[in-house]
Amino acid sequence: MLNRQGRPTGPGETLGGEGSSAEGFATFTGHKGLELNEPLIFEIGRGDRTGVDVPEAPKVASRLGGLERKDPIGLPGLSEPEAVRHYTRLSRKNYAIDMGLFPLGSCTMKHNPRLNEKMARLPGFADIHPLQPQDTVQGALELIDTVAHWLMELTGMPAVAMSPKAGAHGELCGLLAIRAALEARGDAREVVLVPESAHGTNPATAAFCGYRVEEIPATANGRVDFEALKARLGPDVAAIMLTNPNTCGLFEPDIIRIAEAVHAVGAFFYCDGANFNAIVGKVRPGDLGIDAMHINLHKTFSTPHGGGGPGSGPVVFSEALAPFAPLPYVKKTDERFELVEHLAEGDKSFGRMVAFHGQMGMFVRAASYMMSHGADGLRQAAEDAVLNANYIMAKLKDVMTPAFEGPCMHEALFDDRFLKDTGVTTLDFAKAMIDEGYHPMTMYFPLVVHGAMLIEPTETESRASLDEFIGALGALAQAAKAGDKERFTAAPHFAPVKRLDETRAARQPVLTYKTPAEPGSVTTPVAAE
Amino acid sequence: MRYLPHMDADRRAMLADIGVEHIDELFRDVPASALLKGPIGTLPNHATELEVERTLVRLAGRNTPASAVPFFIGCGAYKHHVPASVDHLIQRGEFLTSYTPYQPEIAQGTLQYLFEFQTQVARLTGMDVANASMYDGSTATTEAIFMARRITRRKKALISAGVHPHYVDVAKALAKVTGDELVVGTPELTTGKPGGDYEALLGQIDKTVSCVVVQNPNLFGHVADLTELAEACHANGALLVVVVTEVVSLGLMKSPGEMGADIVVGEGQSIGNGLNFGGPYLGLFACREKFVRQMPGRLCGETVDADGRRGYVLTLSTREQHIRREKATSNICTNSGLCALAFTIHLSLLGEAGLRQLAEFNHARAVQAAERLAKVPGVEVLNDAFFNEFTIRLSKPSRDVVRELGHRDILAGVALSRLYPTETALHDGVVLAVTETVTESDIEALAKGLEEVLSC
Repeated sequence: MLNRQGRPTGPGETLGGEGSSAEGFATFTGHKGLELNEPLIFEIGRGDRTGVDVPEAPKVASRLGGLERKDPIGLPGLSEPEAVRHYTRLSRKNYAIDMGLFPLGSCTMKHNPRLNEKMARLPGFADIHPLQPQDTVQGALELIDTVAHWLMELTGMPAVAMSPKAGAHGELCGLLAIRAALEARGDAREVVLVPESAHGTNPATAAFCGYRVEEIPATANGRVDFEALKARLGPDVAAIMLTNPNTCGLFEPDIIRIAEAVHAVGAFFYCDGANFNAIVGKVRPGDLGIDAMHINLHKTFSTPHGGGGPGSGPVVFSEALAPFAPLPYVKKTDERFELVEHLAEGDKSFGRMVAFHGQMGMFVRAASYMMSHGADGLRQAAEDAVLNANYIMAKLKDVMTPAFEGPCMHEALFDDRFLKDTGVTTLDFAKAMIDEGYHPMTMYFPLVVHGAMLIEPTETESRASLDEFIGALGALAQAAKAGDKERFTAAPHFAPVKRLDETRAARQPVLTYKTPAEPGSVTTPVAAE
Repeated sequence: MRYLPHMDADRRAMLADIGVEHIDELFRDVPASALLKGPIGTLPNHATELEVERTLVRLAGRNTPASAVPFFIGCGAYKHHVPASVDHLIQRGEFLTSYTPYQPEIAQGTLQYLFEFQTQVARLTGMDVANASMYDGSTATTEAIFMARRITRRKKALISAGVHPHYVDVAKALAKVTGDELVVGTPELTTGKPGGDYEALLGQIDKTVSCVVVQNPNLFGHVADLTELAEACHANGALLVVVVTEVVSLGLMKSPGEMGADIVVGEGQSIGNGLNFGGPYLGLFACREKFVRQMPGRLCGETVDADGRRGYVLTLSTREQHIRREKATSNICTNSGLCALAFTIHLSLLGEAGLRQLAEFNHARAVQAAERLAKVPGVEVLNDAFFNEFTIRLSKPSRDVVRELGHRDILAGVALSRLYPTETALHDGVVLAVTETVTESDIEALAKGLEEVLSC
């Protein structure tokens, strides 16, 4: 069987086949057909070359106060065609959702509609300044208010802070509000409880806010151990931070009981909303007793992740926390929208998290997506995401090992038991997926499962696409069990580079390019870890 | 539902394969009382592409774009021309729709441009290393203060009154919970001029200070040599943190590194990225090599693959939250990868020569504007030395003047009452930014407008 890239997926087939040029054949240039080696800009650019025609500066006497730069900076310049070619060539060394299924669990790689991109680039949104007079940005303020309205309706929460710039920034926002609320009632508390399966950002955020982090264990079926949690709750606990659906891809069935127990000791319930895309339109966090939750707009409402960001992490708040939410916010007065940027006398807001009003570009994309889907479509999207994950689980449960029993939400979690005694690790398995034309799933996370493989197909994969993926994973699992070890341990065979030495990168960090001819060009390694 | 591939027949067949009859059986862990059935509040159902486009175009049409009018607003976000090829390239699906490069073998495109970005930022700022970008300048500044605390094990930071007040507010909100002590001066329109704020800072540096935070050019546009401040910091075991909100200035001016800075943070929006009403922007973060393990955020490093060929990976992740959890240097997880890409492409197009020309043009145009405005009765230009931003004092309350000019379709700068509502001594001041997008006739329109508004 061949996959879409024309590569064999069956365990009995050879990797290259007769006459394969993949191994043992070197080209003169180092290029491989359409796969081109690309040097760094520092190797192809020149300091005196430019790809931008800047007009001649008017002749004036300089007023820089004698601070003119004397030495060259060392910035290479490219002509426009050189730049277009360089970055186009680099782009081809990336896997992307536009190219194929991208099953990174908890990262939610779904289709990014181009309408959103077109809307975000309208000059009325892209070319306005955050400090323009408010009369000249009424449409932008209305758009922020519209997205805020959708978020409040979908979560059943009465308030939202739009400014946090990413999910982890939203966590910070939520904990700062919780801390302010506790201080306002004269209640200093020291501990934040975090389930052991939590995203690493949760404990990092709690520690950043000055709290001591204590872990809550998981049960054998991947949920928060309610009895252990209840036993730990007390007057020193400021909050619990819980992800729901959790990082094992499971809904916490005890969530209402958890909220009640947390509130009973005067603590707050922070929900990590990274996985809100699984339940949007199906469950409102406000109905579960949650006090604060961030929403990763790029996950649930499809703003592109761009190789690491930007993100956007608005936070919804309960009545109890709403007064402590950060500035700025948009207020609707009659037929006008007003941006509140400063604290007034008696305000309880914890202050400001970011210079301006948040990720406007992401708000436009989210608005475009929300309107395109509508309430009915968003619910269907959540259902299809859950359907797809369970379909993968059902079809692969006999060849791979599901970590837990029962239905999952939007992501299917497997562990490495099916690789036992094969000599193939989760990492090897992931790298072999690259050869089959797929981005690997999330590996080794959540930490509560040994050799975890977390697969999130999302709602934008068709049944045919899922079947193809299932076929590839099934074939790999069988190949591992059949002892075809080389396929895995030397993988990837077909990526632009072979497996990279990450240990060396950490032991002898090379973090910037040094021109070889430069004196002192030998990179001094920073002290080894 | 144009984004959803399944037909109802697919859904039925898949449910049958799973072994359930209804989708809600897959939601059976959700408490029944909380499972929604009916419509969701007042939200509308799905709309066609045409309908969505009409709605959003209508909203966008109610805003005044910077390029439509004479435009002089800066204070942390700048209107520059971005070459068409920059936005075209970042929209390539392989960049736009890729994720954090966790699988380096199939993310070499992202990793290589991050490595190029780190090198460009390190060279621009005069530092040894830079990270692979952060949210924006304000959050990067706060992270720098906390990093200085980790390095010096001291909790007191001195912040110049010339640092953007929003940046100071962000630091204050977080310092409230971390216990850092922030000492911030009272801003004056002349803050940062020789003999101003920096003299006071010099007098306050002692062995309890973790860092001194200075913005250059500062909020009021003043530029200053920071060498003496750096020396005073180092004599006392403190670090100098330099904030740059207008990164184009580095094309013409001595770098913070040359002046002795230890950490340089900045807002990179000016290069490659549009105004976007405040975000997404691009946090720059660079430092001396010896501090690299205390740095927040992502780092990309060079290494080799199994065949010995050069390649790139994310590295030194033992500083980061996904490994270190509550002991991480920061909770930051996202970076501004796509904004960093735009920065890198634009800066590669400019190159050394182009960046210098651009910076020279910005400065020269700003000097022209300052000289012209100085001739307007009721206007006093307060800066001796500046790059492309300067402060004027008006004979009338600046907020009213800026609003009146706005009604005449001239966006004249930032009235300082907007940024400092309680500092009434600043309320006759306006900060103006003049970039390459400002024409001579724009300057003339502003000068004429000011003459009229100030004389009536």
